[in-house]
Amino acid sequence: MRDVHYGIGGRPIFRGLDLKVRRGRITAIMGPSGTGKTTLLRLVTGQISAERGQVLAFGRDVATLSTREIYALRRRMGMLFQNGALLTDLDVFENVAFPVREHTDLPEPLVRRLVLTKLQAVGLRGAAELMPAELSGGMARRVALARAIVMDPEVLIYDEPFVGLDPISLGFILRLIKQMNRALGITSIVVSHDVQELSSIADDSYLLSGGRVAAAGAPAQLAASDSPAVRQFITGSAEGPVAFHYPAPDYLGQLLADA
Amino acid sequence: MAAGGGVVLGGVRRLGGTTLFLLRLLAQCLPALSRPHLLWAQIYNTGARSLIIIMLSGLFVGMVLGLQGYDLLQRFGSEEALGTAAALGLLKELGPVVTALLFAGRAGTALTSEIGLMRATDQLTAMEIMAVDPLRYVAAPRFLGGVIAMPLLAAVFSVIGLFGAQLIGVQLMGVDKGVFWSQMQAAVGMRDVTEGIVKSLVFGVACSLIAVYEGYNAEPTAAGVGLATTRTVVASSVLTLLLDYVLTAAFL
Repeated sequence: MRDVHYGIGGRPIFRGLDLKVRRGRITAIMGPSGTGKTTLLRLVTGQISAERGQVLAFGRDVATLSTREIYALRRRMGMLFQNGALLTDLDVFENVAFPVREHTDLPEPLVRRLVLTKLQAVGLRGAAELMPAELSGGMARRVALARAIVMDPEVLIYDEPFVGLDPISLGFILRLIKQMNRALGITSIVVSHDVQELSSIADDSYLLSGGRVAAAGAPAQLAASDSPAVRQFITGSAEGPVAFHYPAPDYLGQLLADA
Repeated sequence: MAAGGGVVLGGVRRLGGTTLFLLRLLAQCLPALSRPHLLWAQIYNTGARSLIIIMLSGLFVGMVLGLQGYDLLQRFGSEEALGTAAALGLLKELGPVVTALLFAGRAGTALTSEIGLMRATDQLTAMEIMAVDPLRYVAAPRFLGGVIAMPLLAAVFSVIGLFGAQLIGVQLMGVDKGVFWSQMQAAVGMRDVTEGIVKSLVFGVACSLIAVYEGYNAEPTAAGVGLATTRTVVASSVLTLLLDYVLTAAFL
């Protein structure tokens, strides 16, 4: 991404963002809520286009691609959504089989074998017959992960993969992200605000703040940074350049005025 | 003045949005036919599942028609025309219109809230990311299902309604059964049947389009989906009655 500008409803989200994801590595994108991490993913996948600057994916400018080319591009990507985003009218097996059935004409026994191996990889082969409504949050996310990797993507994008997981599922997802990257060489982009978890797996990391990259480097470099914005985010302090309070009129004055 | 202008602008924008949506939807209808199982599922959902309410309503509307028609016609001493009156009323007006209104309330709201919730839970976005066009996979089969189901439902409504009218007129009020049917046969022409079919097809396109459009463009929140569902019922009902007038005038 080069010098990307983007705003929603007149409010600028990105003001000159520069960011690079290297092939075959795990890149962490961190930042406080509302810094546009999810917007960034929408830019990468071509759901929205930048007002200024370039978003390059596989060396091509996403903004110049036709719908057909964007769809071709997306077939090389997998994405894990925060809430799983499973199709509620299909069972677990059919959810994982969905991209295969839509994009290929593989014979049924092959589809079955493919889906079962992916479900086995996330430990949910036994849950193939369940409907998404019967799954816990952690299970739904694992099914979604199986669906994201069923077409063997080159790039896997994780949107807040650690939110609301119990420690066991969390450890499991962490290991999976790492394994997927090491064993299959899948380039991984992990968007999250869980500093500790990300540091343990990321090769490169970016910290977003105020519409720009506030810091970049290996997780250890970030932890050792003395920039106030980075320190505030890593130590989780309410005091610092990032204001905890939304802009408001004077506190005492407002309280007394209502009385 | 400014508020009025805003309302007009909003209305025009929605009309334009719906028209563009219809064109994009129609472009996806042919590809959608390559997945017939999705279409069958939607015809079952919107059509077969509305059958009970359509049949019950048809029966009662027909029975009321039998009573009112008999009361009116016997004042002129022409109660033998009851069969014709009931058949024309049902085929040309009540069948298509009441079916469309019931469809909007039963199937239209279900479509809107289903698609709206899919939007709210990122399912449509997930499909786009998986390079599957949700217009083709979700919207087009539901739209086509509604368009196909509507004339069939209207036909069922009219047939059951005629049975209801006959039940009251012949069995209860004592109109001669032979006269009831033979007068109908003599007076009702193919043109009347065509009018009913054309109307229900047009209502099918209108109601299904509104239901799918509102769901697809619903604000992805609980309140947004609720609002979209309400809009589906209101817009479908008003548009059905308006189109009914236009089509009636065109067929005269």
